[in-house]
Amino acid sequence: MKKLTSNFNNIFLVLTGIILMAVISSSVVYSLVKDKIQLSKEEKLQSAIRKVLPPYDHFDPKPLEMNDGVEVMKIFKAYDKQNRFVGAAVESSSNNGYIGHIDVMVGFERSGKIVNYVVTEQNETPGLGARIIDWFKTEHKSQNIIGKDASAANLSVRNDGGDIDAITGATITSRAFLFAVRNAYFAFTSNTGQVASAVNLKADSIQNPTNH
Amino acid sequence: MKDSNTNIFTKGLIKNNPLLVLALGMCSALATTTSAINGLGMGLATWFVLICSNITVSLLKNIIPEKAKLPAHLIIIANFVTIAEILIQAYWPELHDSLGIYIPLIVMNCLILGRAEVFASGHSVFKSTLDALGMGLGFTLALTLLGIIREFLGTGKTFGNIVFPGEYGALLFVLAPGAFITLGFLIAGMNKLKKQS
Repeated sequence: MKKLTSNFNNIFLVLTGIILMAVISSSVVYSLVKDKIQLSKEEKLQSAIRKVLPPYDHFDPKPLEMNDGVEVMKIFKAYDKQNRFVGAAVESSSNNGYIGHIDVMVGFERSGKIVNYVVTEQNETPGLGARIIDWFKTEHKSQNIIGKDASAANLSVRNDGGDIDAITGATITSRAFLFAVRNAYFAFTSNTGQVASAVNLKADSIQNPTNH
Repeated sequence: MKDSNTNIFTKGLIKNNPLLVLALGMCSALATTTSAINGLGMGLATWFVLICSNITVSLLKNIIPEKAKLPAHLIIIANFVTIAEILIQAYWPELHDSLGIYIPLIVMNCLILGRAEVFASGHSVFKSTLDALGMGLGFTLALTLLGIIREFLGTGKTFGNIVFPGEYGALLFVLAPGAFITLGFLIAGMNKLKKQS
């Protein structure tokens, strides 16, 4: 079979046909695995929440959302068997990582003590900034933030007058991470009403989490 | 002998290895091979796209007018990259997280466009498939090797398993300069291997 000649009509028809084929096939594939993608995102979130919460019986799957204009935070409240508030997992983020966006999930006890954290998304330099994944959980000098009382400790890097050792060679990443942790704490405390709000939010959204 | 089926398949492994001899697909190769598993993942994703695009281009070679070749091939490749990204997101989310932007960038991989232009648009479906299988395998092996070396020297791990403590690793190898150095030595080794055979 001879090749089609390169006149306008042929080119137009062939390219249109190929684009249509492409659109159809990728939409079909997407619709087939859409649920699966949603599920794996959901699972990732759930496992992060479970990892950072203090001992709990159940948590509110519907988060409180807080928006200070730049960062969005989500607060998952956890309760014990008697339905008493034991703490919360706060999803927080920073846009000031070395390579863009950093998302963290930080868990707090009722008192404001940091239980654990999980970095849910980051693109930092492997071997340097990417060490945020476990750097701030490692008991070494004063880099550990686990167990620290977020209300008493100054959660910023030493260069900025804080209490925490930055990752060697990745101060920018460390700053962004600690910023997200501090923000998470502010969101958490606005939520329990223990400390004045540091994030602008509407009062009624705190009292009525079910509104969301 | 020159165009026998075995020859089409094996030429991509050593003689015309896309990464180490033809130097195609450098961007993804240097950026994503920070660890063995990332290198392997990137290689497999590229391989998948290469096979699909070679087959499609070869099937459509007679209805694509000469002057519309480039845009037609690009659309076909971009389509399979989109599909690959969706599938990775669904079935290998960890890889999707660690490769990030480099998955959509497979569209720009010269290896795939090159094989579509040079080979698939002039050969039968069977031969194009063989060509894609061989070239993709060569690319995947090269990427994985690069990833293994960089991960081992940089962090003391192989596929995430600790071989020696990370403190003794040369961080340089995980960063961009280490990618160039490792790639340089691999290409040198490849040249030596080619000369001997």
